Amino acid sequence: MIASNTAAPVLELRDVSKSFGPVVALRSGSLRVDAGSIHALVGENGAGKSTLVKVVAGVHRRDTGTFELGGEPVDFSSTAESKQAGIAVIYQEPTLFPDLSVTENIFMGRQLLSRGRRIDRQAMYAEAEGLFTRLGVRIDPRRPAEGLSIADQQIIEIAKAISLDARLLVMDEPTAALSGVEVERLFAVARSLRDEGRALVFISHRFDEVFALADTVTVMRDGAYIDTRRIDETSPSELVSLMVGRDVDDLFPKVPAEIGAPVLQVRGLNRAGVFHDIDLEVRAGEIVGLAGLVGAGRSEIARAVFGVDRYDSGSVSVAGKPVKGHDPRSAIRAGMAFIPEDRRKQGLVIDSSVTRNVAGVIRRGIAKAGLLTSAMEHRAAGPWAATLEVKTSALDMTAATMSGGNQQKVVIAKWLATGPKLLIIDEPTRGIDVGTKAEVHRLLSELAGQGLAILMISSELPEVLGMADRVLVLCEGRITAELDRADATPEAVMHAATHHLEAAR
Amino acid sequence: MSTHKPTAPARTYAAYSAPLWRRVLLTRETAVIALTAAVILYSIVNVPNFDGPLTLKFLLQDIAPILLIALPMTLVIITGEIDLSVASIMGLSSVLLGVLHENGMSVPAAALLALLAGLACGALNGFLIAYVGLPSLAVTIGTLALFRGIAVGLLGTKAVTDFTEKWSDVATGTIGDSRIPLVIIPFAVLAVAFVVLLHFSTFGRGVYDIGLNDEAAHFTGVDVARTKFILFVLSGVVSAFAGIYFTLRFGSARGDNATGYELQVIAAVLLGGVSIFGGRGRLHGVLAGVVLIGVISSALRLESVTVNVTNIIVGCLLVASVILPSVLASTSSRLPRKAATPPESRPTQNAASAGV
Repeated sequence: MIASNTAAPVLELRDVSKSFGPVVALRSGSLRVDAGSIHALVGENGAGKSTLVKVVAGVHRRDTGTFELGGEPVDFSSTAESKQAGIAVIYQEPTLFPDLSVTENIFMGRQLLSRGRRIDRQAMYAEAEGLFTRLGVRIDPRRPAEGLSIADQQIIEIAKAISLDARLLVMDEPTAALSGVEVERLFAVARSLRDEGRALVFISHRFDEVFALADTVTVMRDGAYIDTRRIDETSPSELVSLMVGRDVDDLFPKVPAEIGAPVLQVRGLNRAGVFHDIDLEVRAGEIVGLAGLVGAGRSEIARAVFGVDRYDSGSVSVAGKPVKGHDPRSAIRAGMAFIPEDRRKQGLVIDSSVTRNVAGVIRRGIAKAGLLTSAMEHRAAGPWAATLEVKTSALDMTAATMSGGNQQKVVIAKWLATGPKLLIIDEPTRGIDVGTKAEVHRLLSELAGQGLAILMISSELPEVLGMADRVLVLCEGRITAELDRADATPEAVMHAATHHLEAAR
Repeated sequence: MSTHKPTAPARTYAAYSAPLWRRVLLTRETAVIALTAAVILYSIVNVPNFDGPLTLKFLLQDIAPILLIALPMTLVIITGEIDLSVASIMGLSSVLLGVLHENGMSVPAAALLALLAGLACGALNGFLIAYVGLPSLAVTIGTLALFRGIAVGLLGTKAVTDFTEKWSDVATGTIGDSRIPLVIIPFAVLAVAFVVLLHFSTFGRGVYDIGLNDEAAHFTGVDVARTKFILFVLSGVVSAFAGIYFTLRFGSARGDNATGYELQVIAAVLLGGVSIFGGRGRLHGVLAGVVLIGVISSALRLESVTVNVTNIIVGCLLVASVILPSVLASTSSRLPRKAATPPESRPTQNAASAGV
């Protein structure tokens, strides 16, 4: 623990545990956050961070342990109570009412009233304006919440928290869906809140952010508190070894692979208002990275190439054979595999079993005379789950019970089972813990070594630069740069990702 | 596709997380079957004439249309859609059979045209829902009125009753000297076909995937639109067949035949354990659900209880069947006991090490 302050900490949790039936989600969580501090909470998926946060937020009630707020023992049985006590939690994806205005969202449930209990809109607008000025952001308080970026929605949640005068703000992976500029703005807001004397808890998988923002960091592993360090007294590699309980030396173990004939050829792909004149080629054994800011059209291109979305003009071919547009089945037949960005909604049938998911694409091939039994599916899926070292007790467990990393392995197993020539993978390691992340990278590298062509989309620059043989940079739906591995520096990529005007000519 | 092989597997997995008896016995379907068996036994012992020679025949004849339509309806509801127009398609096929027969067509020829009309009705539903992308609830409420309107419009308030005796006899006859009506034969054939289609074919796997997550299904190459279209067409054809049977059994083609049957079918499907939100349910549970409702109605009729009371009982049963699982789930999650959690939400000890 850190040298104790004279004042009581804003938040102090000691040996908090929480179980759901037989599953122990949190064994022994401890956290001590001081006023005027940004405290990072790190740990692999399943380490118990989210459960700890939910205990603080009043979503779950702890089974054992002490929970003190400003020195006073508290016991929340609802989120309303924790809000009342000055705790605000900002989730990765804020849940605003899309049809209501920004101001109405901020003052939901406690609207300012004027005489006769009429809602005083003018006063609310004025106060919202004041909040945004204080946060240094420009959002029209009268506009509807619908259509705001996730970054702006988070700002609104923060504004709400400030207007409630929250003394403790918890941000659960707030940057996962933000672009570089948006992250900077969020950090500026967070620092100004810290300087006002509030306490902040910041959960993130990205170490560069932890080191840029936090002053203290607490590491959790397997549902338990491991250690708390001052940020200037630790290093990323030390945190990683604390988190995984072992040393992970190389996060991106890319091995050189022999590059063969072109597998994917995309020519002049267009979709009005989304992407324009996309030409790209991926060769056997090659990993091509698709970089760019959120909203640059990376995922949209991937989806159009695979055929889940339509495109207006252009052509896609695999190994020289044209692939019909807007038809995933013909893409699959041509040897394409697509691991989408949103695992829970698109990659998996989350409430279905491991087997049904793994055998999801190949089941036509394993059926005999059109008949398919569960036993046949288990036989086909088992070895693939094993190849990817999916952690599950049985093949009939639903994917929903698994961690993000294991779910991703299930998705990868599903597509490798089809024996693809080309793998399109969108955000391969989003929401995956450090250990599994390295496993996924090693796997992609191995697959490329076996001659698979890989098109990889990632918002994490180190991942793109570490894995890709070639990087294509997109800006506003156009490819603005093509960089070889040697030339791909963070500066070059960011330059191309933000300077579309001159490059697009 | 199937020739591709994984590299040396590092480990093997158990196929199932629970022993066979638990997977078979602790299910919604088994509960419905057990309840049905209990009600049948109770009725045989306590209800006068329930074991009489005609009870089984009439019982099966009464529930035959529901049994038939419940087959495609189960698949439709598992995809997360619904078909409310089935009873109107029954009515329309009934009227077509009557009108065509009255105008000199033989019963088989008229029945064939009625079946084709059912196919067309189903195709219209399927096209609007699967390819235009309209919500099935709205579409089939519309076609419920549309098909019924056409049926009543064609025949007005009169009825066609002069069907060839030979075919009426087929509809009311039994297999040999047994008490099983002949209509159970086509039903059995269809039941086997639908069980294979839903539980033992790649098409059926797609049906469940669509119900659980249609977007993910689309991403894995399930043809969501075609699957839904086929199901609505099947629903239309089977409904028309049920309408033909209904007409010949009572020897009467009327525009208002089988009014309200859609709700009986849906009630039975839900009672049988199919989730209205899609993705869950099995055919044997549904068939037990239909039989359960049929037995209750039949037993109460023999006890001279009015139809209203029957409806109240069936209604309560349906509501209880929807509420009970969630009540059980919430009580068992409140009490930290080991084996009381329902199968869907039961995490195993190992889930903790796999990360939650």
